[in-house]
Amino acid sequence: MATQLEPEARDSADVFREEVRQFIADKFPEELKGKSVSLSATEGPIKETDAQKAWREAMGERGWGTPTWPKEYGGGGLNRKQAAILNEELARAGAYNPIGGMGVMMFGPTLLEYGSEEQKQEHIPPICRGEIRWCQGYSEPNAGSDLANLQTMAEDKGDHYLVNGQKTWTSGGQWADKCFAIVRTDRSDKHKGISFLLIDMDSPGVEVRPITMISGTSPFCETFFTDVKVPKENLVGEEGQGWTIGKRLLQHERTNLSGAAPGGRAGASLADIAKKYGRTNQDGTLADPVLRDRIADFEIRWTSFLHTARRAVEESKAQGGVSEISSALKKLGTKLGQERAEMTIEIMGLQGLGWEGDNFSPVELQGVRAWLYGKATTIYGGSTEIQNNVIAKRVLGMLDHQ
Amino acid sequence: MAVLNEEQEMLRDMAREWATNESPVTEFRKVRASGEPEAFDRDAYSAMAEMGWAGIIIPEEHGGSDFGFMSVGLVVEELGKTLTASPLIATTLAASAIMLGGSDEQKAKWLPKLASGEAIATLAIDEGPHHDPQAIEASVSGGKLTGTKAFVAEAHGADLFVVAAKDGLYLVEKGDGVTLTTRRLTDQRSHADIAFDGAAADKLANGGDDLLDKVLDRARVLTAAEMLGMAQIVFDTTLAYLKQRVQFNQVLSSFQALQHRMADLFADLAQMRSAVEAGLQAVDSGAGVSRAAIVAKAEANRVLHTMSNEGIQLHGGIGMTDEYDIGLYLKRARVLEAAWGTRSYLKNRFATLGGY
Repeated sequence: MATQLEPEARDSADVFREEVRQFIADKFPEELKGKSVSLSATEGPIKETDAQKAWREAMGERGWGTPTWPKEYGGGGLNRKQAAILNEELARAGAYNPIGGMGVMMFGPTLLEYGSEEQKQEHIPPICRGEIRWCQGYSEPNAGSDLANLQTMAEDKGDHYLVNGQKTWTSGGQWADKCFAIVRTDRSDKHKGISFLLIDMDSPGVEVRPITMISGTSPFCETFFTDVKVPKENLVGEEGQGWTIGKRLLQHERTNLSGAAPGGRAGASLADIAKKYGRTNQDGTLADPVLRDRIADFEIRWTSFLHTARRAVEESKAQGGVSEISSALKKLGTKLGQERAEMTIEIMGLQGLGWEGDNFSPVELQGVRAWLYGKATTIYGGSTEIQNNVIAKRVLGMLDHQ
Repeated sequence: MAVLNEEQEMLRDMAREWATNESPVTEFRKVRASGEPEAFDRDAYSAMAEMGWAGIIIPEEHGGSDFGFMSVGLVVEELGKTLTASPLIATTLAASAIMLGGSDEQKAKWLPKLASGEAIATLAIDEGPHHDPQAIEASVSGGKLTGTKAFVAEAHGADLFVVAAKDGLYLVEKGDGVTLTTRRLTDQRSHADIAFDGAAADKLANGGDDLLDKVLDRARVLTAAEMLGMAQIVFDTTLAYLKQRVQFNQVLSSFQALQHRMADLFADLAQMRSAVEAGLQAVDSGAGVSRAAIVAKAEANRVLHTMSNEGIQLHGGIGMTDEYDIGLYLKRARVLEAAWGTRSYLKNRFATLGGY
């Protein structure tokens, strides 16, 4: 993979650090300090200011938004140590990485592994420059946890495929330029009949409808394909290889999702929230002993989860492969994130359940939306039940129940 | 598993091999059958001391190897897996008290003997059935200690007690003014109430006001390491059982209801291991020890409690028999859960340290 390529020769880490500092001093607009704006998978496009555009282009030109990707496709060509230095220096300067989204997190690494030379040349550089938004065409109304049951059909028409069907939970589908999708090219075999196809979202016959979630936001869409023509050169890998490629991409997704439980991390501690919204004793301790116990209980388990996330990284580095406890991180982190969000709104009382209005603070309103949206975390990216199947079968070696 | 250095890997492998070959659970059963209140095999402890295990945290100048708590934790975990009965933890904790609070003379007198296995020592802190270091009544006057200590672990084999009195920790040798009453607990190890009646006491005067807290931090972490070994083996044994037991013409491990329970236990065990290893590392680094020790012991209590119950349930009827080892782990688990703080106690202390 990209990260295993030979790093560009450099005299020392110090020389590289100096180069990064100089670059940031030259290119990072002072007015963007402390404001992180990157291409997001689930939020709409913002109107880019001149400064933001300049910074994105500067980072894109160096390939430093995708620092460890190979240089020949527009990546930074850095080794892990250099990438770490880059991150440190960006953080030190109050700067941010403006290149992000699904192309960076999931699709790019997968295409680098499985794509043809032409495909890499065509698709990777625009991702590195932050120019193209990708969305994921995986789930269907009848293919959620049982993803391989997907029915969207790509019919061979000689020089192109004719695609018909429906995808759902297409993150950012309404803003995406392109879609990486798994589609059926053969009805006779559930898994081997699946292929990995790249579809232009502005092709005739593609229709996108945003789905309003219980949180009131619409980060996902339903996407309909009606007689959409897709050129043959947009097939990644071989026909029938889509399940293998698609699963590999999900590994990148799960790595990125393990800590992603909205409301689960940033912000005030539960104890501070409880002090603000509840009664305290004269010595500043919480007056409600039961709540105090529950907060301590949560914080202890949250601490050991953070230790576990750190250990997974250390083990993976040391053994040069994915640590087996990684499989437990997603289910642990998402559950704890939900638990924290539930406690937060409970501690605030009805003031913590505001939907809209000036008589709620932005933090209170955001907390409600995060609590609701957080229910998705144990469903998407392989539900907790699917994670349990994966742990039981692949890690513990228990037999297939089916 | 934490990333280990070469010395630690060797130590762990050696401990694993010794525990598996020389000290399987059948050895504990022999100790139990003997009915001796001391409840450990002197020859086995000598062998452990000869391998250097009693001196792992003790400085080299006093006959130890100065490898630290992570290292002794690895050994303790392996011994926990086979329920090896020994005063290794008790002696290590007493040694740490002497290292933290002892004078040069006290260190020179005791640490070499503890490292070599010539002497055995233990902590005598609590005075009732609950861990409650705020409620200590034992007192010292004119170098003589008077008071009672309850459920002191490894008391029968100990030559030396590290005793908590109102004004600090004291070294008291077994002998005049020290009377033991055996308390046989469900784990069938060594426990005793001790009456100190004007026993000669030598204060650990160099440790500062929080010496007892520091010693208790270490007690929590090392006890959690033993519990980690136990939880790991209960999990492994239960998984192996589910893979071979056939009902309805299929192995139990093919049932999804059981698979998901094992996946939950796997995730719990991962958290417990992370918490315990972080606690051991904190003691060695000296950073955030008190909180890390609480997290280690509280998570060990939570997970081993669940694990030992699920272990019995998933074994079914056979798990209720004395012939199967699983019940021995359940009984030892509850004793260790009570030691140095139940979850209630630990959560209360965690909140207090957090200022809420």
